[in-house]
Amino acid sequence: MRRHAFALAAALAAPSAFAASAQLTLELPKLEVSEYHRPYVAVWIEREDRSVAANLAVWYQNKDGKDAKSGKAEPGSKWLSDLRQWWRRSGREQTLPIDGVSGATRPAGQHQLKFEGDKAPLSTLAPGSYKLVVEVAREVGGHELVSVPFAWPPASPQHLSAQGEHEIGAVRLDLDP
Amino acid sequence: MNNLLKWTAAAAFACLPLAASAHKMFLVPSTTVLSDGDDAWVTFDAAVSNDLFYFNHHAIALDGLAITGPDGAPVAAENPHTGKWRSEFDLHLTKPGTYRVSIANEGLFASYVDAKGEKKRWRGSVDKLGEIPADAKDVQVSESQGSVNAFVTLGKPNDTALKPANKGLELVPVTAPNDLFAGEAAKFRFLIDGKPAKDLKVSVIPGGTRYRDQLNEIAVTTDANGEFAVTWPTAGLYWLNASLDKQKPTVAKAKERRLNYVATLEVLPQ
Repeated sequence: MRRHAFALAAALAAPSAFAASAQLTLELPKLEVSEYHRPYVAVWIEREDRSVAANLAVWYQNKDGKDAKSGKAEPGSKWLSDLRQWWRRSGREQTLPIDGVSGATRPAGQHQLKFEGDKAPLSTLAPGSYKLVVEVAREVGGHELVSVPFAWPPASPQHLSAQGEHEIGAVRLDLDP
Repeated sequence: MNNLLKWTAAAAFACLPLAASAHKMFLVPSTTVLSDGDDAWVTFDAAVSNDLFYFNHHAIALDGLAITGPDGAPVAAENPHTGKWRSEFDLHLTKPGTYRVSIANEGLFASYVDAKGEKKRWRGSVDKLGEIPADAKDVQVSESQGSVNAFVTLGKPNDTALKPANKGLELVPVTAPNDLFAGEAAKFRFLIDGKPAKDLKVSVIPGGTRYRDQLNEIAVTTDANGEFAVTWPTAGLYWLNASLDKQKPTVAKAKERRLNYVATLEVLPQ
């Protein structure tokens, strides 16, 4: 009898993922360079074994661009493998565009992505420890990867952050149970 | 001088200068990991040199070049050219998967004493053994089997092109050969005529030798399964080599066989 009561209490106290939500604020730094190209960005959730649980964002040149000098058309997908960790962990298995995930490159500044616990991808996340990973590669620029570890679902409101040094600014992950 | 011309003219074996065993042969791919796009091309250099990966000695002739596509079918190289210090060619990747690029080096060496009592050397293929005069004395024939390799992947890797032919010394990647990253361990297996090559000494040397003082060679030995592992210290191109002397020959007239395997592997940063 006591055991049942304990189990019930535990179940009531356990955080429910469906009510939870997550907000990611990602800063692409404003860089003073003579030739600036909007960076390629991939954001994903990684499990402890580094497998990808969900892709959250892939910003790239999704329309064919023309090489300025030769006028030759070059598909933007050619440079997706520059996001080398995203490419090996997930990208090369994907067919782009991915609805609700992939899109055009974005300018320098703060970008917000909101996710509800009762919708994909958060609704597909099993309880556990994860990392939110941001990878950025910029043409004639650098490459950087930043990750924010988090537990899902959150037991209490979480304000997690990480800071890039070159191609990524502040990364903030706010979790609401 | 005449002898030198004869050697360089031998069609099947033209790629190696006689002192090749002291030099390293290698392919240098322009890239190894490509994402989708109609524009997936890789260009390769093929050369013999002591220094990795610099072109200062001899080009490798492209006669023995064979490219295997991700479906196992052969793929033709484009725009081949042999220059003074290196050969080059382009590969258009049109199917997703892993391609194997290989330059085969197979042939026979012979030394003999001719009717005039002069010591002569000969090199060529099995069908040209008749070139050695019938009245030659003290004929010593040895066989050589080797290959120079590189791997490139468009999109998702696969292993169809990596299946061994079970002939000579072959590397079978356990870790996908275009999935190599600094700080991570990669596993490979060596086979001799299809059987695990045990206790084989393998040499792995990072490229860029001109810009540092030490070779930084990584020496490993294969285990009972012919397997070995390498943890890459840094990103970059690596030269991987194993060779064996005095092996059982496959050609009846040969006394022994020399086996050699070379691969250029690209290790990416984290």
